[in-house]
Amino acid sequence: MLWDWSYAFEILPILAQASLVTVQATLLGFVLALILGLVFALLRMARAPWIALPVSAFVEFIRSTPLLIQIFFLYFVFPEFGVSLDAFTAGVIALGLHYGTYCAEVYRAGLDNVPRGQWEASTALNLSPFHTFRDIIIPQAIPPVVPALGNYFVALFKETPLLSAIAVLELMQQAKILGSTTFRYIEPITLVGLFFLVFSLVAAALIRMVERRLNRIGAR
Amino acid sequence: MVMRKLVVVAVVSFSAGLVVASFAGFREFIPGLLEGALVTIQITLAGAVVAVVCATVAGLAKMYAPWPLRWLAIAYIELFRGTSALVQLFWLFFVLPLFGITLQPMTVAIAALGLNIGAYGAEVVRGAVAAVPRGQWEATVALNMSRTQALRRIILPQAFVAMIPPWGNLFIELLKSTALVSLITISDLAFRAQQMNQTTFRTLEIFTIVLVIYLAIASIITVGMKALEQKAAGALARGRSH
Repeated sequence: MLWDWSYAFEILPILAQASLVTVQATLLGFVLALILGLVFALLRMARAPWIALPVSAFVEFIRSTPLLIQIFFLYFVFPEFGVSLDAFTAGVIALGLHYGTYCAEVYRAGLDNVPRGQWEASTALNLSPFHTFRDIIIPQAIPPVVPALGNYFVALFKETPLLSAIAVLELMQQAKILGSTTFRYIEPITLVGLFFLVFSLVAAALIRMVERRLNRIGAR
Repeated sequence: MVMRKLVVVAVVSFSAGLVVASFAGFREFIPGLLEGALVTIQITLAGAVVAVVCATVAGLAKMYAPWPLRWLAIAYIELFRGTSALVQLFWLFFVLPLFGITLQPMTVAIAALGLNIGAYGAEVVRGAVAAVPRGQWEATVALNMSRTQALRRIILPQAFVAMIPPWGNLFIELLKSTALVSLITISDLAFRAQQMNQTTFRTLEIFTIVLVIYLAIASIITVGMKALEQKAAGALARGRSH
């Protein structure tokens, strides 16, 4: 018998515990990505080229290099500058930064889709740039791009196993440890795969639901 | 837009080059890292071939195949899009030997990454084929073409042009995901970097150079795909005007 049910049930609670770390990293990373993404998107819109150009360059750089190396970079290089991050923090920051650059593009699409007249109206009403953004532009720019942001949420979730490379005790790392102690890899790794599949499918269904609800609000 | 992007790429490459050149004694790392980069490029190229084949087969099967094949294609796409690339890689690497199938790490890497990107590509293929105007299909019926003929001679050439930009993004995703193969003992760029880091502790230099090398390969992919897109669009326009 290749698949050992009793072993699978034995390791299930251990993996469930580790999955909490995975979920934590996902949520924290995504909150960071949402914030950083908005910052990048707004800075890229800046009229002064000495702001917009370096930010664009930075975003392009992060987008075209592997997340794994960025995780290593944060974890191994930052201590040289006197900033020691523990593995979990380094991993979350790397995830947030990497996906922040993806979210920036999504936000930009949303911001570009706000009609010009809205900006002109805000100027006519003598609103400050801050109020224009907070009360006029952002509320119109964000809802249409929520589904796209949701896709990146699922994508970020699926990247969390990379944290196992710097020994964060998340799902994949726990599975590897279980595998190396018992020499049975089939159950832990398959269970991890199943966990990701179920979570992704549920998340995709949720995103579709949110999308439908937002469309209904938009139509009203 | 394109010009702006190129300017950005140029600025990034130039400043990255300056940073790297300012490292004292950076030369000693370069040969080893370039060897690693060669492995990375090999996996990217082979993985791209696997991905394009899988994507075309699965994408078309999802649209046109009879139901057993269609369901198989859907299962493949959902399975590989729904789980992590790293989990897939580990599954093929650790679990397949238990079924008596032992593959070279390199084969595992190419297969896992190719299948993973192929699943995303299948949706690209499906989207591009679906976006060909209905009238084109109707015209092929009017000309009494068979379905295969219509696909091969009318639909796919038009869909191909629309597929190029998303494929460019996917190839860059593929390049980035090749860093994962360092975790199954293949000595690619990321693996070399870690190895050197453990022996020399010159972390900043090594990882910066590695990031710049990845960036350089990604830029080549971007520029190449842009050129391909222009060429394909030109060829299609010429074909239409005849």
